[in-house]
Amino acid sequence: MATTEEIQSGLAEILEEVAGVLPADATPEKSFTEDLDVDSLSMVEIATAVEDKFGVAIPDDELANISTVGDAVSFIEKNQS
Amino acid sequence: MTRRLSARAGAPGARILGFGDYRPRRIVTNEEISQRVDTDDEWIRTRVGIAERRFAGDDESVVDMSVAAAGKALATSGVLAQDIDTVIVATCTPPAPIPGLAPEVAHRLGIASAGAFDLNAACAGFCYGLASAADAIRSGSSQNALVIGAEKLTDWTDQDDRGTCIIFGDGAGAAVVTATDSPGIGPVVWGSDGEKSRAISVADRSSFMEMDGRAVYRWATTQLADSAHRACKLAGVDISDIDVFVPHQANLRIVDSMVRTLKLRDDVAVARDIVTSGNTSSASIPLALTAMIERGEVKTGDTALLLGFGAGLTFAGQVIICP
Ligand SMILES: CC(C)(COP(=O)(O)OP(=O)(O)OC[C@H]1O[C@@H](n2cnc3c(N)ncnc32)[C@H](O)[C@@H]1OP(=O)(O)O)[C@@H](O)C(=O)NCCC(=O)NCCS
Repeated sequence: MATTEEIQSGLAEILEEVAGVLPADATPEKSFTEDLDVDSLSMVEIATAVEDKFGVAIPDDELANISTVGDAVSFIEKNQS
Repeated sequence: MTRRLSARAGAPGARILGFGDYRPRRIVTNEEISQRVDTDDEWIRTRVGIAERRFAGDDESVVDMSVAAAGKALATSGVLAQDIDTVIVATCTPPAPIPGLAPEVAHRLGIASAGAFDLNAACAGFCYGLASAADAIRSGSSQNALVIGAEKLTDWTDQDDRGTCIIFGDGAGAAVVTATDSPGIGPVVWGSDGEKSRAISVADRSSFMEMDGRAVYRWATTQLADSAHRACKLAGVDISDIDVFVPHQANLRIVDSMVRTLKLRDDVAVARDIVTSGNTSSASIPLALTAMIERGEVKTGDTALLLGFGAGLTFAGQVIICP
């Protein structure tokens, strides 16, 4: 099981790879669309990468409820097995 | 005892001799679409990567466009119409289901008595058609085949639905396939996911196309890389041997995502015809290839990976040697 810090840094790596977000910018309070310029289609690819990395699937309807980096981290934390 | 029938001796392989395209005259810009529905150039460019597309007019039917593209493919191939024995028209937008379009296309090209049929595998149609032609040649049913992908998607698109009208366009592309000793069309990897048959569909004859864009996007960016790798393996090439990548032109973001996940060489020529053609379903792969060859981006003997995918859902991919 990944720790909060591991999830946070793993997610930052994904954000850099998929959407070119600098790891330093990927802080918990940041909104994907408002602050990081990550749109709904990039979110789909982030969800896929999250599944590969952490084994946590994020279906489309759940994706709609995730608006900040922190939301994503806690979703992954809650759903990893 | 059950009677054993004789089989025909086929050719060792099939290869493509040449491509041709037809692009409808009317160019429709994002600006023009923005005057009708609530959207804008910036959104369309960043979400789907399209700057303009072509809309076919009344005198540019699916048959008309097929004939024009195929005529050009025959001319670049140096094959006479009379030597073609099989005509496959891949389309999901015929004006009516009866009759199939291929017999009329063959007739108008001056091809007498060709085996002629339509094939509907939506945006994967060209790759399905190419595989069918190559297999017909390998089994001895055909010597020279025409494979056409042609669509008039605007007939089935609601020009007031901003989820689809920004994406789809019209056009046709064709290839001439012939028997050869050294195979230039690798084995196809094809498949489908009928559980998602409603993801892109036209409900009935009086309806327009409806699409669950997000579901399609997720499927296309996650489920297809494996098939692309298998197509390479079956053709006996490594992914690093691929010089040209021509995925179906569904959305530029899907193209770019596939380039990332497939880990292609940095210098691979990638089809981005969608920028000026929109999504033309079964026509998109031959349209893109014809333009790339004409611009000199693709050279004779290059190894190309084709990957079609779309409504059905269906997909098909194969490696080819470029003419
Ligand atoms: C169609 C597609 C571009 C839509 O993108 P999306 O991110 O799923 O779009 P959504 O419908 O969720 O809308 C996202 C936002 O953009 C808006 N939007 C949708 N279409 C828009 C348009 N044409 N212009 C401007 N804004 C638009 C929505 O209202 C929504 O705004 P909101 O977040 O403020 O609510 C995308 O799903 C796609 O390309 N999918 C693949 C389709 C495909 O390839 N089909 C062919 C396969 S052969």
